[in-house]
Amino acid sequence: MASTSPVDAQAAVSLRGVTKYYGAVHAVDGVDLDIARGEIFGLIGHNGAGKSTLFKMMLGLEAASSGSIVLGGAPVRGRGFRAARRHIGYLPENVVLYDNLSGLETLHFFARLKHAPLDQCPGLLERVGLAHALKRPVREYSKGMRQRLGFAQALLGAPQVLFLDEPTNGLDPQAIRDFYATLRTLQTGGVTVVITSHILAELQERVDRLAIMANGRIQALGSVQALRDQTQMPLVFDLALEPGCVQAVGTALHGATGAAAEPITGGLRLACPREHKMAVLAALAPFGTQVRDLALREPSLEDLFFGFSD
Amino acid sequence: MELTQIFTLAAKEFRDRMRNRWVLAVALVFTVFSLVIAYFGGAQQGAVGFRSIEVTIASLVSLVIYLIPLIALLLGFDAIVGERERGSLDLLLALPITRLELLLGKYLGLAAALTLSTLAGFGLVAVLLYQQLSWAGLYHYFGFMISSVLLGLAFLSLAVLLSVVARERTRASGMAIALWFFFVLVFDLLLLGVLVATGGHFGGDVFAWLLLLNPADVFRILNVFSLDDVRTLYGLSTIVPASLGSQGLLGGVMVLWIVLPLLVARWRFR
Repeated sequence: MASTSPVDAQAAVSLRGVTKYYGAVHAVDGVDLDIARGEIFGLIGHNGAGKSTLFKMMLGLEAASSGSIVLGGAPVRGRGFRAARRHIGYLPENVVLYDNLSGLETLHFFARLKHAPLDQCPGLLERVGLAHALKRPVREYSKGMRQRLGFAQALLGAPQVLFLDEPTNGLDPQAIRDFYATLRTLQTGGVTVVITSHILAELQERVDRLAIMANGRIQALGSVQALRDQTQMPLVFDLALEPGCVQAVGTALHGATGAAAEPITGGLRLACPREHKMAVLAALAPFGTQVRDLALREPSLEDLFFGFSD
Repeated sequence: MELTQIFTLAAKEFRDRMRNRWVLAVALVFTVFSLVIAYFGGAQQGAVGFRSIEVTIASLVSLVIYLIPLIALLLGFDAIVGERERGSLDLLLALPITRLELLLGKYLGLAAALTLSTLAGFGLVAVLLYQQLSWAGLYHYFGFMISSVLLGLAFLSLAVLLSVVARERTRASGMAIALWFFFVLVFDLLLLGVLVATGGHFGGDVFAWLLLLNPADVFRILNVFSLDDVRTLYGLSTIVPASLGSQGLLGGVMVLWIVLPLLVARWRFR
């Protein structure tokens, strides 16, 4: 897809026709993308889909073979890269920080290189729940604590754009919840977050928009709901019914949607196109409390992911 | 280029080596070996005790020529590849620093640690032997210390180059050992072999100039030539023309051995 529109200077991240090849292999193939300020944006794809390469190019770690990448109106490479990078926070996947430094020393080291004020370091450690361990050497940290320290490092210098690569690796459920709460707080302050994760259920409820990559291209782009609307994936109703009415409900649903319900323990399961959702509810209404329970399943991000990337 | 970035990176490397007592350990190794050589180096001749500083320096040169390249290579071989392997290289490079700043910061920090341990280790020996040294002896010993530092810096530069080129840490360590073997053990033998095989036709001045291709040999010539007593003891001096004995020239070559590998490392570090 050839890009025609100019880069969007208002966007936090703007990519136009970004391509990267290694020899004859197109790792990334003509990507156009605008990520708005204050957006939490997910980037997902199989290993080798090109998302890591795209990530590295957005960070300026690798040069694009062609195309342009602009962060907050400034190019990430070449002249002026220092200013652009001072406004980036980055947490690489599986990073191993320096064992011999304490948590606080680690942050001091990165703060100096980023020209961030040193006195913000203790506060950041507190923010990620490491206030109790700031003087302990990192070698004594658990995997989760190391990941939090990495996150604190990414927050140094009040970045405008955060790039987080599998940021919840090694975190327990409470820590994951805290992590996303922190992202929401940052978001209200106008911070943009670009995040990758293999844990799709985790991203599903937490990103504003996402891109599904495969074969170096963006195959789908939008909010989870928008992606659902784009696909033909069915809704699934699981109905718990009084024993006497199963037959009648089945007939009514078939009449309303044209789809045949299949029997499950204690009731029926119906898969139907999204647009029949209200028709199903209307068909069920006459049965009143004979419908004992109803569960509605939307296609999950995982379903969408396999639908778009295969 | 921002000097503060280089300084921050260098300070971390230096402090790491101070904190894990690397500097102390290496300095002690130098001191102990020097004292043993100074007092027991003549044991084979049936005498124990301090002889002349010239003979001591000559013995030290033979020791240092093995030890310092090894220490420098082991110090620097994982400078870049180590960061790459732990995943922190991307993190560093996503900061407002250039690759050159990262390279120089690493090198200078390690160089400071190596220089300090060399000067402290051999300096302590000078203090202990102070009573037995003449001014001329001190001067020679001082020259030996400076050239030892340069030798270390040259091999550290090679080590940092390896750490840029190698894709894995284990491979970098293998390359470091191979490099040590080549420069310290194989190179001279090779030259000697060529000299003998060609019946001395390919020899003379050319042969001597070829010695400049090995920083360890430059170090040897630099020290041996400054000592009149030792020069005659050394077989080398018979094949090294006097024009090569210039300390300015040899020092310059040593500096080239420090700068060139770093330049290549800068070029390969992309």
